[in-house]
Amino acid sequence: MIAVSLSRGHVELLQFLRDRTAVVFTFFFPALLLLLFGTIFGSESTDQGVAVSRVFTASMIAYGILNTAFVTMGAGLAMDREDGTLKRLRGTPMPASAYLIGKGLLVLGLSVAEAAVLIGVGVLVFDMPLPDAAHWLTFGWIFLLSVFACSTLGIAVSALVKNARNAGAILNVPVVALQFVSGVFIHPMSQLPDWLEKVASIFPVRWMAQGFRYVFLPDGAQTQEIGGAWNLGTVAMVLGVWCVIGLILCLVTFRWSSRDR
Amino acid sequence: MVGGDAAAVEVRDVVVRYGGTTAVGGVSLTLPRGRVLALLGHNGAGKTSLLQVCEGFRRPDDGVARVLGLDPVGDHDALMPRLGIMLQSGGVYPWATAGEILRLFASFAANPLDTDMLLDRLGLRKFERTRFRRLSGGEQQRLSLAVALVGRPELVFLDEPTAGMDTEARHTTWQLIEELRTDGVSVLLTTHLLDEAERLADDVVIMRSGEVAATGTPAELTSAAAIEVLELRADPGLDLSGLGSRWTAAEPASGQYTISGALDTAGLAEILAWFASVGADVTAVNTRRRTLEDVYLSLTATQTPVGATK
Repeated sequence: MIAVSLSRGHVELLQFLRDRTAVVFTFFFPALLLLLFGTIFGSESTDQGVAVSRVFTASMIAYGILNTAFVTMGAGLAMDREDGTLKRLRGTPMPASAYLIGKGLLVLGLSVAEAAVLIGVGVLVFDMPLPDAAHWLTFGWIFLLSVFACSTLGIAVSALVKNARNAGAILNVPVVALQFVSGVFIHPMSQLPDWLEKVASIFPVRWMAQGFRYVFLPDGAQTQEIGGAWNLGTVAMVLGVWCVIGLILCLVTFRWSSRDR
Repeated sequence: MVGGDAAAVEVRDVVVRYGGTTAVGGVSLTLPRGRVLALLGHNGAGKTSLLQVCEGFRRPDDGVARVLGLDPVGDHDALMPRLGIMLQSGGVYPWATAGEILRLFASFAANPLDTDMLLDRLGLRKFERTRFRRLSGGEQQRLSLAVALVGRPELVFLDEPTAGMDTEARHTTWQLIEELRTDGVSVLLTTHLLDEAERLADDVVIMRSGEVAATGTPAELTSAAAIEVLELRADPGLDLSGLGSRWTAAEPASGQYTISGALDTAGLAEILAWFASVGADVTAVNTRRRTLEDVYLSLTATQTPVGATK
């Protein structure tokens, strides 16, 4: 079972790396945005004296995870479903879990690499200092919860995709919209209308970005957050709930081929 | 073993509908263990849909399918290690190489065949490091076949196994299928190639518009009719009017005669006796029987089932 999952993960990774268009455009897009935003707004500082480029770096890790976990997982699954890969695998003794674990390994690997690239840009280009060990530990659990929630939601949403060529476009709608309202592109969130703030707080992206800002920003920056505190407990709770919702949706909506209902 | 003495495939009154259209309209067939059954029919005759039911990819809208005595949908996990499935197309990682794909599928099996041996047998060795998307249609088909066989299945489903293959690959594939039968593996294949069905199949099921038009061994299907035409080569310009009214005779080319009509043993003897009686020197005799192709064409061209038993 473990061996089967690993060989599946291996082929998934080869597959991704060899499709160079996917690597360049999907993987490096968040880093490109970070470089643009950071350069355009980088000279400014927040009221607490934190460089805006640093705030962007922390928040953009949330975008990176959405990109690698939600979009890559969702689009990859829609593609596998449409071209019959899923069906062919279904016609083998491979357990369904090995398929998902294989995909999960790809997504986890990509997300770690994506976060590393974004943190690298922050450190090398925008002089962002790295946090201490305790903050890294927090980073670890926020990161894992985020990847899990986003991947399972990606799997669930892929069931709605009728044509795999549209998958990227469909999956990016919630991604881009949520980034504008969740404090990734526009920070602090208090600039948003009250109701929009509430709507955004239902979704995981706000809490992911807030968690990563806790990890990478000085403690004083929490006054910029809604409620003026990091609220890590709420971060854990919301992300945990979304992991459960994602898992349930993913199990309920999973289909092996695009034709059967 | 579960269902140890059950038929390899047992299908009863299976119906498959896609929305309003009926792809399979109540088909029954049996594939005994260790035999090769060919589903023959035009594109859209319902062959693949029926196969999908047997493979457990879809539940029949009506009727029952049992595979190795098990329910292909409900007993999916128990069944898969015992089946080899070759789909018509698609479903392989386009960026992975032939070798990687075969080894991935081998890793799913408890006791896989040697992948190097399979690559050699199917002439894929030189493509081991070639990405799937760079393989030709026939090469992709051969890899699909290798993938279906790598787990040492008891029963294989082959959906148009030789489509897109060149003559050499087709013969290699036929040999492999014959070896499978020798090893006691049961084979259910679809094809629209008559020579393929005639050469490989113990049993042929001809499908038309989602229904069974005829079943039988290739010999049964073709011998339903006796000799159809007698061809003779003899002296040119014989007066055929003396041959008798039980036959229709003609001389389409000089010295070549074709005779149809009562061509049973007595009839043949009488015809040859007549040629002898007019002093003709017969230098060649040839009989033409109905081929599977004639049966197939007559069955699939007409609206109502004719010929062999339903």
